[in-house]
Amino acid sequence: MSQSAVPRGRPRPGAAIAFTILALVIALGAYVLAGLGKRGQVPVTIALYGSIFAIGFAAAAFTIRRYAPSADPALFPTAAVLTGLGFATIFRLSGGLAAEQATWVAIGLAAFCATLFFVRDHRQLDAYTYTIGLLGIVLLLLPIFPGIGRTINGARLWVRIGPIGFQPSEIGKVLIVVFLASYLTQKRELLRVATGGVGPLRLPPAKHLMPVLLAWAASLAVLFIQRDLGASLLYFGIFVVMLWVATGRAAYLVIGGLLFAIGAWFGYQAFDHVQLRVDVWLHALDPAKVFDVGYGQLAQAQFGMGTGGLVGEGLGRGSPDLVPFASTDFIFAAIGEELGMLGTAGVLLLYLVLVGKGLRAALASPDAFGRLLATGLSTAVALQTFVIVGGVTRVIPLTGVTLPFMSYGGSSLVSNFVLLALLVRVSAGPAPVRPRRGG
Amino acid sequence: MERQVRQLAVALGVLFVILVAQITYIQVVSADRLADNPANAKRQLIAEYEVDRGQILAADGRTILALSKRSPGELRFERRYPQGQLNGFVTGYYSFVYGRSRLEQSFNEYLAGEAPELLPQTLTDMVLGRPKRGASIITSIDPELQQAAARALGDLPGGVVALDPRTGNVLALVANPSYDPNPLSSHDPDEIRRTWEELNADPDKPLRSRASDELYPPGSTFKIVVAAAALANGYGPASLWPNPHVLDLPDTSETLSNFGGVTCSGGSRITLAEAIRQSCNVVFGGIGVELGAEALAEQAYAFGFAPTATTGDVPFDVPFQEGVFPDPSYFEDRRPAVALSAIGQDNVAANPLQMALVAGAIGNGGVMMRPRLVTEVRAPDGQVVKTFAPEIQSRPMTQVNAALLTAMMVQVVESGTGTAARIPGVSVAGKTGTAQHGEGEDPHAWFVSFAPAEDPEIAVAVIVLDGGSLGSEATGGALAAPIARAVMEAALNR
Repeated sequence: MSQSAVPRGRPRPGAAIAFTILALVIALGAYVLAGLGKRGQVPVTIALYGSIFAIGFAAAAFTIRRYAPSADPALFPTAAVLTGLGFATIFRLSGGLAAEQATWVAIGLAAFCATLFFVRDHRQLDAYTYTIGLLGIVLLLLPIFPGIGRTINGARLWVRIGPIGFQPSEIGKVLIVVFLASYLTQKRELLRVATGGVGPLRLPPAKHLMPVLLAWAASLAVLFIQRDLGASLLYFGIFVVMLWVATGRAAYLVIGGLLFAIGAWFGYQAFDHVQLRVDVWLHALDPAKVFDVGYGQLAQAQFGMGTGGLVGEGLGRGSPDLVPFASTDFIFAAIGEELGMLGTAGVLLLYLVLVGKGLRAALASPDAFGRLLATGLSTAVALQTFVIVGGVTRVIPLTGVTLPFMSYGGSSLVSNFVLLALLVRVSAGPAPVRPRRGG
Repeated sequence: MERQVRQLAVALGVLFVILVAQITYIQVVSADRLADNPANAKRQLIAEYEVDRGQILAADGRTILALSKRSPGELRFERRYPQGQLNGFVTGYYSFVYGRSRLEQSFNEYLAGEAPELLPQTLTDMVLGRPKRGASIITSIDPELQQAAARALGDLPGGVVALDPRTGNVLALVANPSYDPNPLSSHDPDEIRRTWEELNADPDKPLRSRASDELYPPGSTFKIVVAAAALANGYGPASLWPNPHVLDLPDTSETLSNFGGVTCSGGSRITLAEAIRQSCNVVFGGIGVELGAEALAEQAYAFGFAPTATTGDVPFDVPFQEGVFPDPSYFEDRRPAVALSAIGQDNVAANPLQMALVAGAIGNGGVMMRPRLVTEVRAPDGQVVKTFAPEIQSRPMTQVNAALLTAMMVQVVESGTGTAARIPGVSVAGKTGTAQHGEGEDPHAWFVSFAPAEDPEIAVAVIVLDGGSLGSEATGGALAAPIARAVMEAALNR
C-alpha cells in the first residue's frame, strides 16, 4: 500500500461551525422561500421545523467536534444543504410529506450522531466482516420473503412489519459497502494475482474470480426477483469499482463491464418492463407516444425542467406537482423547475463536493480498509446520484432510486446519514491518536 | 490504490460533467421546444394564465368589458366579464378548454402581453419578478348605446349594430340570443364543459351572433343598394318606373306583388323616390331586371357584399360574415332571380353589421369606412402603445348620388314605411325591410337608418327575426324601426 499523499489538515472547528451555520441558513431560507412562493407567507410551521433543523444540525456539529474533531469540515454541511433543499422542495409539494420528512431528518441526524458516537474508529467495523456482510445480504433480500415483503410501484423493495414500512435495501447498501471494504482489504492481494489472460487482459485465477461472479449473480437476483433495476445496477457498479480500486487491476473493470452488458442484454430480453424503460428513455418526447402511460411522467419531468429554464420559476412558484413521484424519484426535476439550471447545477456541484471530499478522505486514510470504505461510500453516493439524475434527465434509462439526502423517504435519509457519518469518521482518521505518516 | 482513487475521482467527475451538460441542454437549449410539446398542455396553460391579461374597455376608457382577477387556484388569473352576456359578441370568451373567440382571440397578442411593442414593459416586469401583464384595449363600444341597444331589442330574437359612419367605429353590437362568457372562462372544467354543451345543444345557437355571424335575406332594405345602382347608372330620383299591380316574372308564370298585395299609389308610372318611400316590390323588381344582374352585383360588392358566404373580406376586428350577392353568372338562366334579388330575396343575404355599413356609407357621402371595434392599445401603465386610425374601406357611391339617396331615405321616415323611426327635431334617413324566408315562416323585420341625415353621427341596422312579437303581422316599420330609433335617440340626446 502506498503512503498517504494527501496530508490531513489541522482540525478547523471554526470552518466546520461556519459551514454548518451557512447550511442551516440555506436550508431554512429555502424552506421559508418555498412557503412565501407558494402561499405568500412565512410557513406557520417555521418554529417547529426551524428548531428541528437548528437543533439537529447543532447536535451533529457538536458530535463531530466532540467525537471526530479532525473530520473534514465540509462533509456534513454539504449533505446538510442537500437535505435542507430536499426538505424545502418536499414541503413545497406537500405539507404532509414535509412533516414526515422532518421526522426522518431528526431520526437521520440522530443516527448520524449515534454512528459517530459508537464507531469511534472505522477500523472497529473491520472486525465484523462476515457479520456485517450477512446482515447486509439479509436486509437486501428481506422483501423477497412472503408476509413481510411489499411490492410498491412494481418493485419488491419494501418491508412492512406492523405499522412500520421501510426499504431495508437502503441500509443494506451501506452494510454491503462496509463488508466489501473489509473483505477486499483482506483478499486484495489474492485478487491481484494474474495468472492467465486473454490478449491484453490479465486475469486472476478462476477461484479468485468467484466473488465477482457471485456479486454479479446477486445483482441479477435483485434484478430478477425484486425487479429493481436501479439497485441492481448500483450494487454491481459499487462492487466492480471497489474491486478495481482494491486490486488495481483494470481487468476487473473490463470483466465487470462485460458482465454488466450481458446482464443488461439478458434483462432486456427477459423483461417487458426493462424494454419499456428503454423505449421510454428513447422516445419520452415522441409525439406519437408522449401521451402513453410511462412516457408521460418522464416527459413531464422534461417539461418541468424546461419550464425552469436558466433561473427557475422560484421556490413555490412552479408546478412540480404535475410530475408524478415528484417528491421521490423526480425531486431533481422539481428542483430544476423552481431553481432552474443554476439550481440543478448547484445541487450537482454539492454532490460533487460531497463525493470529492469523500474520495479525499479515502486518500488521506492511512489504512487500506479506511481507504476502501471511503471510496466505496463515495462511489455509492456518486453512482446513485448519477443513476437517478441521469434517469430523470434522460442520459440513461430511468431506474427508480432515491436522490441521496434530498428525496422524500425515511429509509433512504437515515441510511445516507449513517453513510455520511462513516465518511466523516474516515475523514477524521483513526482515533484516538492521529498517526502522522510521511509520504 | 491511490492511483485508482484518483482515476475514480476523475471518472466520477466526468459523470457529473455529463449531467451538467444534459441539464444545460434540457433547461437552456431545448427549453422552448419542450414548452411547445403537445403533451405539455397543462404547463402551457399555467404559463398562459400566469399573465395578468389586459382589460377590454369601452370607448369611455372606464367601463370594463373584460378583466383579469387574481384566482386562488392553480391558475393565477381568471377572466371575468362584469356585464355578463351584454358584450358576449364583442369580447368573446377566454376558455382553457375551448380556446378564445372574438376580441379575446384577435387581440390576444396585446392582451397577453406578447406583442413586440410591449417588450420593454414585459422585460421590466420579468426582471422585477412581477407577473407578466398584458396591454388593455380600448374598444369603440359606447357603453350607454350598448345598453340602449340591448334594452331596445329586449328579448326579441335578432341583432342590432350601431356605428359611426365617419370613422367606422362600431358603437353598439348586440344580438339575441346571447351567452354569458363568464362560465366558459371560469377555471372549473366541469362548469366550462357543461356550459359549452348546453350552448351548443341549444337549437337557437346562442354562440352565433345574429348581428355579424349569421346571414338573413335583407328584404326591402336591399332596395337602397338597388337604388344606388340605379343612380350610378344614370337614373335620378325622379326617374319614372312602371307601377303595375303585379310584375310578371320572366320565363315563368309566377308574379311578384307588393307587400299586402296592394298597388303602390301614384299612377301607372312612379318615381324612384316614390318607389322607395312606399317600398314597392313590383317597381323594384322591374328596376332590377332593367339594370341587370351585373349592375346590381357591382353595386353590392362595392358595399362589401361577396359572391358567396365563403368569399369576400371586409376586415373587422372580430369575425364578420359579409353579405352575399350571387355572382352575375348565377342569374344567366335564372332571370326571375334578378327581380327577386332586387327586393333582397332569393339568394341575397346580409346581417345588421353589413346593412349598417351600407347605411353608413350612404350617410357618409358615399365613403364606406372600415368597421372597427378597437381604437387604442394601452400598456399596463396606461401609456398608449398603439392607436388605430380610421381607414376608408371603399367608395361605393359618388357624393352626389349619396346625397340623392339620403334625401329619398329621409322621405321613408318622414312619410313612408319608416315613420316609426321619426325623432323630433332630427332628420332621420331609413329603410324598412320585411323579409320572407320560407313558406309559413313569420318574416324577419329589418330597419336600416342613419341620423342626422345631413351629417350622420350614427348608423343603425336592426333585424328582428321570425316576426318577433308580431308574428305574421311583423313588418320592419312596426317592429324594427322603433328599436333603431331608440338607439339613435340615445346617441343624439347627449
